[in-house]
Amino acid sequence: MKALRFGRNAAIAVISAGALALTACGSDNATGTAPATPAASGAQVSGTLTGIGSSAQGAAMDVWKTNFASANQGATVQYSPDGSGAGRKALLDGSAQFGGSDAYLKDDEYASSTTQCGPDGALNIPVYISPIAVAFNLPEIKELNLDAVTVAKIFRGEIATWNDPAIAAQNPDATLPDLKVTPVNRSDDSGTTSNFTDYLAAAAPEAWTDKPAGVWPATLQGENAKGTSGVVKTVTDTPGAVTYADDSAVSGKLGVALIKVGESYTKISAEAAAKAVDAGKPVEGRNANDLSIKLDRATTIEGAYPIVLVSFHIVCSTYADQKTVDLVKAFEAYVVSDAGQTAAADAAKSAPLSKDLQDKTLKSIESIKVKS
Amino acid sequence: MTTTSLTTSRGAGRAGDKVFSAATLAAGCLILAVLFGVALFLLIQAFPALVASPDEIQGGKGFFSYIWPIVIGTLIAAVIALVIATPVAIGVALFISHFAPRKLASGLGYVIDLLAAIPSVVYGAWGAAFLAKEISPAYNWLANNMGWLPIFQGPASATGKTILTAGIVLSVMILPIITSLSREIFLQTPKLHEEAALALGATRWEMIRMAVLPFGRPGVISAVMLGLGRALGETMAVALVLSSGALTASLIQSGNQTIAAEIALNFPEASGLKVNTLIAAGLVLFVITLGVNMIARWIISRHKEFSGAN
Repeated sequence: MKALRFGRNAAIAVISAGALALTACGSDNATGTAPATPAASGAQVSGTLTGIGSSAQGAAMDVWKTNFASANQGATVQYSPDGSGAGRKALLDGSAQFGGSDAYLKDDEYASSTTQCGPDGALNIPVYISPIAVAFNLPEIKELNLDAVTVAKIFRGEIATWNDPAIAAQNPDATLPDLKVTPVNRSDDSGTTSNFTDYLAAAAPEAWTDKPAGVWPATLQGENAKGTSGVVKTVTDTPGAVTYADDSAVSGKLGVALIKVGESYTKISAEAAAKAVDAGKPVEGRNANDLSIKLDRATTIEGAYPIVLVSFHIVCSTYADQKTVDLVKAFEAYVVSDAGQTAAADAAKSAPLSKDLQDKTLKSIESIKVKS
Repeated sequence: MTTTSLTTSRGAGRAGDKVFSAATLAAGCLILAVLFGVALFLLIQAFPALVASPDEIQGGKGFFSYIWPIVIGTLIAAVIALVIATPVAIGVALFISHFAPRKLASGLGYVIDLLAAIPSVVYGAWGAAFLAKEISPAYNWLANNMGWLPIFQGPASATGKTILTAGIVLSVMILPIITSLSREIFLQTPKLHEEAALALGATRWEMIRMAVLPFGRPGVISAVMLGLGRALGETMAVALVLSSGALTASLIQSGNQTIAAEIALNFPEASGLKVNTLIAAGLVLFVITLGVNMIARWIISRHKEFSGAN
C-alpha cells in the first residue's frame, strides 16, 4: 500500500514536470521567424543576461531571446516568468540584470533602486503593449457599444439580462436577447485582471468600488476560469457569458465591445491602444530618461482605447562593467526595434509601440552607462 | 548476494544482512528527514503570514478568515468525491473479484488501472471543456425541482463549473485507487471462509456480506483514505474545472475554492507576504492530510481484531 502511494506521488511529480516542460514549449513558437537585425550599435555582443518577471511577456520574451541569440553568437538571454513582483524584487536585490513587470516601479521601490543601479536608479522601459477586449458570447451580435459604468455593472452582476435598459439605450440598433448575463473573470492572479480593474476603478468609480488588483474581488459573485484560454473557452461554451481577455485570444471567436471614450465608442485595435499609451503621463520624481507611464484610464481622447496592459522592462541606469552595459543596451534596443516589436506582435499578438514612444525608449536605452 | 548466502559460509550472509539492514534503515530515515524538512520549510515560510497584521493579508481580515472558507471548500470537494466514488469502487472491485468471468476480470482490472495513469491535467481539461457544459442542464433541473434543499439552491451556474462538477471529476480520479486496492483485498479473503458460508446455504450476496466484506473492511477503509488523500491534494483538475468564489452552501452555483487550487492559481504572480500566505495555506493542507491519515490508522487498528485476518 505504501509502495503504491509512493508510486502515485512519484508519477504525479513526473507528470507535472512533464506538463511544465510541455507548457514551456507551447509558447515557444518563434522558430520560424527571421533572425533579428544585429544590435543597434552594430557590434556583436556576448555574455549572458538574466531576467525575471511578468508571465504576460512570456511568449514575447521567448521570441526576443531566440532571435537575439541567433543574431549575436555567444550572447544568451535567460528569462524566468516568475511574476511581476518577483521581477521587480530581483532587479532591486541584484539577482537579475533586468526585470519584467506589468507595473512600473513604485515610488519606494524606485528610491531603493539606487543601491543597485547608482544615483539615477532604475529605468522603466515600456516594451509590450496588449489591448484587453471585453468579449461576449451572444448569438448574432458581434459588436456592442458599452460605457465604463455599464461594463462595471455587468462584471459586478448588477445587470441581470442582456436586454437591460442600460445596454439597450446605448445600442438602439441591436436586437438584444432576453439572456442571462454571466460574467466570467480570471481565477488566477494576473496582470490582465489588474489592468482591467484599474480601468474600471478609474473610469467608473461610482460603479466599481473595489481597489484595482491582480486578483478578482472575492466578494463578487461570478464565474471564473484559469488563464486567458480558460476564460475564452468558458465564454465560447456559454451563451450570455462575457469576459475580458487579450484581444488576440478573442478576435474572430467572440463578440467584442466598443468602449465609450469621450463622446464616441472606440473599437479595440493596436493603433487605438498605442494612442492611449501615448496619452499617458510620465510619472513624476524619476530621472529624465525613465519612461514610467501613468495611463489616463478615464481619457476622453477620440480613438484611444484605454483598457490596455503595458508591460515594462526595468533596467539599471548604470551597470558595473562595460560588457553588461553593451549586452543590456543591445538586447533592449532589439526589443523595442521594429523587428522586435513585429516579432512580438506575430508571436504574442501584442500591439507594437508607436514611433514616438519607440524613439523615447531608444533614447532611454542609449543613456545606460558604466557605473562611475 | 542472497543466492550465495544460502550456499556459502554464514559470514558472507551476515555481511549481506548487515548491508541490507543498513540500507533499509537509511531509506527509513531518509523519508523521515524529507518529511521533517518539508514541515520545517512550511513552518518557517508560513510564519510571517501567521503573525502579520490582519489588514496585510488578502481580504484584509487576517489569515484565519482567509483560510477557513477554502478549508471548508477543500473538504466539500473531497467529501463529494468520496460519496460518489466509494460505492462504485467497492461494487467494481466485488464484480472483478467475485462475479466476473476470469478473462473479463483481468481485462477490466487493466482498464481500471489505466484510469489511474491519466494525468490530472487531462481530467481537468475534460471536466472544464466537456463535463461542465454537458452537466449544466442537470443542474438547472436540480435547481428547479430540488431547490428547497440548501445544497441545490438556484440559480444554477450557467457554465456548470461548480464544486459538484469538481467533485465528480475528483471521484473519477480516485476511483481507480480505491478499486484496485479493494479488489486485491477482496481476493485475499480466505477461501475456507467463503466455502463455509456457501456450505451453510448462504447465497452469493450473503456470502459476500458475511465473509468478504468483514474481512476486507480495514483494507477498504485505508483504500478510501488513500483516495481521500488524493482528493484533498488534487490541484490541477480543480483549478481548471472549478469556477471559484466565496464560500456558498449551494453545490450547483459557482463558488467555493480548494486550498491546492488556490495555491496553484495565485503562486505564479505572488510576491512578498502573498507567497507566505499561500505557503501557510499549504501548511494547513499538510496538517489536514496528516490528520486524515492518523484517523485512518486509528480506524484500521480498531477494526483489526474483528477482521478475521488473524
